[in-house]
Amino acid sequence: MTVFNLRAPSLIPPCLALTAVLAVWCSPTPLLADEPPLVLADAHASQPQPTSETPLVVDSRGRAGGRLVVPLAAEPRTLNPLLATDRPSYTVVRRLHASLVRIDGLSHRTVPALAVSWQVLDGGRRLRLHLRRGVRFSDGEPFDADDVLFTFQVYLDPAVASPNRDLLIVADQPVAIEKIDSHLVDLVFAAPYAVGERLLDGLAILPQHRLRQAYADGTLGQHWGLDSAAEEVVGLGPFRFAGYFPGERLELERNPHYWKTDLEAQPLPYLDRLTFLLVANPETRLLRFERGELHLLEGLSSESFQRLEGSRQRSSLDLRDLGPGLSYSFLFFNLNPLPQGPETGENLAAIAAKQPWFENRLFRQAVSAAIDRDSIIRLVYRGKATAIGSHVTSGNKLWINERLPIPQRSVGNARQLLRRAGFSWRADGTLQDDKQQAVRFTLVTSSSNQQRLDMATIVQRDLAEIGIDLRVVPLEFRALIERLTHSFEYEASLLALGGGDIDPNGSLNVWQSSGGNHLWHLGQKQPATPWEAEIDALLREQLVTVDMARRKVLYDRLQTIVAEQLPFIFLVSPNTLVGARREVGNFAPSILGHPTLWNVDRLYLRVKD
Amino acid sequence: MTHAGHPSAAESITKAPRDHRLWWAAGCLLSLYGLVLLAPFLAPYGAEEQDRTLPYAPPMALHFHHPDHGWQLRPMIYPLRPVAGTYDQYEEDRRRPLELSFWIRREDGRRRLLGTSSQGDSSRGDSSPSRVHLLGTDGFGRDIFSRLLFAGRTSLLTGLLAALLSLSLGTLVGALAGYVGGWVDALLMRGCELLTALPWLYLLLAVRAFLPLDVDPEFALAGTLALIACLGWAAPARLIRGAVASLRQRDFVRAAAGFGASHAALLGRHILPHASGLIVIQLWLAVPRYILAEVTLSFLGLGLVEPYGSLGTLLADGLRQQAFLAHPWLLSPAVALILVVLSYHQMASVHEQRARPIAH
Repeated sequence: MTVFNLRAPSLIPPCLALTAVLAVWCSPTPLLADEPPLVLADAHASQPQPTSETPLVVDSRGRAGGRLVVPLAAEPRTLNPLLATDRPSYTVVRRLHASLVRIDGLSHRTVPALAVSWQVLDGGRRLRLHLRRGVRFSDGEPFDADDVLFTFQVYLDPAVASPNRDLLIVADQPVAIEKIDSHLVDLVFAAPYAVGERLLDGLAILPQHRLRQAYADGTLGQHWGLDSAAEEVVGLGPFRFAGYFPGERLELERNPHYWKTDLEAQPLPYLDRLTFLLVANPETRLLRFERGELHLLEGLSSESFQRLEGSRQRSSLDLRDLGPGLSYSFLFFNLNPLPQGPETGENLAAIAAKQPWFENRLFRQAVSAAIDRDSIIRLVYRGKATAIGSHVTSGNKLWINERLPIPQRSVGNARQLLRRAGFSWRADGTLQDDKQQAVRFTLVTSSSNQQRLDMATIVQRDLAEIGIDLRVVPLEFRALIERLTHSFEYEASLLALGGGDIDPNGSLNVWQSSGGNHLWHLGQKQPATPWEAEIDALLREQLVTVDMARRKVLYDRLQTIVAEQLPFIFLVSPNTLVGARREVGNFAPSILGHPTLWNVDRLYLRVKD
Repeated sequence: MTHAGHPSAAESITKAPRDHRLWWAAGCLLSLYGLVLLAPFLAPYGAEEQDRTLPYAPPMALHFHHPDHGWQLRPMIYPLRPVAGTYDQYEEDRRRPLELSFWIRREDGRRRLLGTSSQGDSSRGDSSPSRVHLLGTDGFGRDIFSRLLFAGRTSLLTGLLAALLSLSLGTLVGALAGYVGGWVDALLMRGCELLTALPWLYLLLAVRAFLPLDVDPEFALAGTLALIACLGWAAPARLIRGAVASLRQRDFVRAAAGFGASHAALLGRHILPHASGLIVIQLWLAVPRYILAEVTLSFLGLGLVEPYGSLGTLLADGLRQQAFLAHPWLLSPAVALILVVLSYHQMASVHEQRARPIAH
């Protein structure tokens, strides 16, 4: 699942925003020497397996107590996991609730959570989950299979309209759930499902005893707002709701019934309180972090990161460059079939006249070859980005096709490709097509994203060198999305997408010809080109292939096609940059999901407040 | 002087040549307009030329002491080289003093005022150390001095044009309303009030959204400014209307009317010359206002867009990335803008003092 990756979270369409935060991943960054490596006890590993009666033992040490203060860029809308679509809500909700299975930030693999272990049965059609015993909700009530059944029932109910519902539809059929006993449930898929237990990460298990009545009354959507009483909001996460102070902060307190302990049998989480301070302005966040008023900071721009590196406070900051994340920026052309005929507006007719250029693969390849990605990395990201040749960034170590070359700038090669495609140059250096039409087009991008505007400026200059007159048009984000997805009044665009999951299925809606984010040509009933048909077939096959090695072969092939056909001209993947105060122990940031809070149950403060 | 105690606009300036403020302001404005009009010749580089090896280079210091030849009149620079391991830190390469040349010929055959003898011109790769950046460079290695000249040309000229347009309209409407009076006056003045009440920024946003994407940026800017001018005539029109209505009742105007002067003659020969002081003051005040309007629009991304510069786009660039601390030279457009606005206001202030009799 993939989304528009915007710097300003408020501009993300809510339905897309959810997917941005659905995953929790991590890159293997070196830990501080005095910190033990964080490895979750894995039910599949050879070490002694915890029995299902015991809490989950985490390979971690820390010091209990203290209050961790982290920023929140905007006010959360809800504490209800069924409806949390905006990033701030999701950030808070994930600390209040737990899922059956989690994806580990370090290994990128699934690890046990409320499910102690699981088995794939029936050729991938059935997933048997053994639930952890002795687990209690934050109000002290026990958790069992009925809660899981209730959770799935609620998520799948169209009347509830949870945005998570789509995740639980496999082969056009909702996932069925069967209770075997009080701590054993089966998930039944309509077809073998390669993603398997990964889909359970991020699916908050709900307390049946609290919500059953509201569900029956049809009032579930109104439950667990920010004005709820603290004791009303009940979950299985490491923290529980303690209060909301509008416009100022949101307080969480330690969940005394949390089901994890560390190696010394000390119950997790270590922290007594977790405070989300509402700080909308990135500059203010930076200053408050520098002054020690915030413990953690994520989503740093390269300028801010550089400034912190040179700060007088440097010795008390733990700054980490996690390398390329999963998001990537790209340029693409409008290949949507535009209405022809007398009623077509002037604008669309002018765009349609240029589409033969854009449809020419050699033209797209020439544009790609003309772009100086190294300059983008150096000038826009100050070295903190990586050039990419496909949508799978080097942050996604499990799935990247390493045989694909990273495109290098070559004006000579670009000119050769254009010549082969039938273009020529006028005496003044302007590129023209076979009808002596000068090659000139506009590129729309978001006016609120300075980095993208800067990239566009570089691309503009690069294309001028091969005789293309590119005009950059910054648009307000909503107006931009309207043009890209509805009116199709654009010629080219520069955008970024952020992968929600490293799994190929995460990008299904981009690459499948009928996908909602198949931006260059939306709403295809049949694949428009043979290579799009091949991609569809590859995606269909990998979806039901349980063998990981075979899936990798299929996905490698998909990446190769994409890199050759270039429906997206891939530019760079920016690094994930985060920081923490030195007193935060067990700080192990991740490139996925919430970069700094994904392991909040193990974070501790070396010095108490 | 047409009548005792009522200086015309031209008279009010020429009759008191010893006011230093006036000459200071006029000199400043003339030099600034001269500088920007000569931008293609004065600017060492094109506004869009990038030297990607020198992002955020600080202003280069001019040296007059050659390591080998001692003191000299011809200025020299030391090329900058990046400090290893940094992104935007530079040091002077003291081993390579480069003398500045004037009146040099560039690759495109045009002459430029300034450069070094081994002029390099590349937007990438070529680490030509001989580029001269008197006011430093921006994030793409574009010369700020050159950009400032070209951007100033856009901003200063469009501001002046918009002000002239707006004042012409304002004078026409104000004179008509003040002279004719009655229902025409009421109608025109209610129209003015309506225009004054319009939230022009939203109106501009709406108009800009209707323009097709592939519109020339210059055209978009001209259109937008024409729109501001069309909306901006209301305030001066009200003032001029008041002055005209008052002048119409004066004895010399009545006398002229009594002698059979036509309406056009009354307005053109007797009334407007007396209101000209007011009109000129309005002009001095309107130009900086429209320059600032253009800057605001560009700052908000509604006017010119990259790579075309105006003082607004340059300023927007300077106000991000903690420029105050790290790259203060990016704020040089602000200095230029302050200078322009102050000069215009000084002109208005001087003129206001001279034209004061008209207020009696």
